[in-house]
Amino acid sequence: MGTHDIIFNGIAAFLTISIYTFLYKDNPFYKFAEHLVVGVSAGYFTVILYFNGFVPKLIEPLKQEKFYYILPAILGLMIWTRFSRKWSWISRFSLAFYIGSGAGIAIPLYIQNFVIRQLSATMLPVGVSTWPLITNILIIIGVFCALTYFYFSKEHTGAFGASAKFGIWTLMVGFGAGFGLTVMGRVSLLAERVVFLRDYLSELFKYLS
Amino acid sequence: MMSSFFLYSSSWFDFNRINVFIILGAFFIFVIYFIREAKAGKSLFVRRIAGLDAIEEAVGRATEMGKPILYISGIEDMDNLQTVASMIILGNVAEMVARYEVPLLVPICRPFVVPVAEEAVKQGYSKAGRPDAYNKNNVRYISDEQFAYTAGVNGIMLRDRPAANFMFGSFFAESLIMAETGFSTGAIQVAGTANIHQLPFFVVACDYTIIGEELFATSAYLSKEPKLLGSLKGSDLAKFLIMVSLIIGALLETFGITKFTSWFSVQ
Repeated sequence: MGTHDIIFNGIAAFLTISIYTFLYKDNPFYKFAEHLVVGVSAGYFTVILYFNGFVPKLIEPLKQEKFYYILPAILGLMIWTRFSRKWSWISRFSLAFYIGSGAGIAIPLYIQNFVIRQLSATMLPVGVSTWPLITNILIIIGVFCALTYFYFSKEHTGAFGASAKFGIWTLMVGFGAGFGLTVMGRVSLLAERVVFLRDYLSELFKYLS
Repeated sequence: MMSSFFLYSSSWFDFNRINVFIILGAFFIFVIYFIREAKAGKSLFVRRIAGLDAIEEAVGRATEMGKPILYISGIEDMDNLQTVASMIILGNVAEMVARYEVPLLVPICRPFVVPVAEEAVKQGYSKAGRPDAYNKNNVRYISDEQFAYTAGVNGIMLRDRPAANFMFGSFFAESLIMAETGFSTGAIQVAGTANIHQLPFFVVACDYTIIGEELFATSAYLSKEPKLLGSLKGSDLAKFLIMVSLIIGALLETFGITKFTSWFSVQ
């Protein structure tokens, strides 16, 4: 590792440890690292926004005489009227367009992928002759009972309440499995940072000696 | 010499997805019907969501302790439906908070969400009759970057020590970091998200978790808006039909009849 790498990896190691000091309590090192990452990310994203947003989606099309791109640019400029008390009502048009178009695109995709495809995949044959048929019963009962939990037009009482209770247990079993899986992933991220710090310290000692 | 050429043009309607169109159309009809019923003043029953009691308890506790309330609306933009639902809940929380004169801190991840959050909080304060108590500086943009935002929110939790943390919206890997930090400060925490991969962390680290669709039901229940109530009832009817279809489809598949199930397949 050359001098350049020692310095920049040293900064990375210092910031890593500064963030980890948060586990003890709030302190100036954590505050410094926090403010640095917030400030740098704001600056970084401004540049990213310019080169990945403005240039390909406004400046380049206008250079190609696609003047209809001015319309979304005007909608974007209208948002800036938020800063004026007198004219801030103009920004509501842009907000309405953005939220409306977002919902309009998202809703059919959600219905298709999270409702219809899931429903089609859950319509499984049931029986007791083979193990897959038995597990299909569990899947269908689990999905049915989980749906009853999210049914808001009836109180969870009687048989319906029992079904909803089984539904939430099914959900919690799923959450437990998801939790265990994700915690394993997070521990591997921690292991990667510990390996980085170990390797940096060994390179630093080699460089200094 | 014969030459041929092909003209390509995209079609206006994809007949391979007619089933999606029919189901979506039916869903819209249900929603519009119930919205009209709600607007006509008909009482539409919605069971009380248990998480609502937790929200009121959290606001009460913050008032007793004289400490601020922190409201986190997720890290997605306004095109995400969870963020929209979060803004509605924020307006209602702001109305509750305004009555008790407790500061409401709202750190935001996306610039586009800032004006919507400001509007929601301002309207909440106005509805409570306390427009003068609204402090624009309490709704602040932190950063677009996921973990820079998380670091900023953690800093607010450690320094301002809010008595109650509300986390409603779309969250990803930062959910556990924020929930654990809030837990370490002793705050009462109520969270809600439809991101199923983050629900386990909220269930573990928060005092109460609003799961999945309960987030949207909470926004409808709190606001009592005819449009939201109508949407909830419409989706309930759709859910009922889904449950019936599931049973019918499973029985038909068991007897080897696959035509019903194949109608639901999407290409």
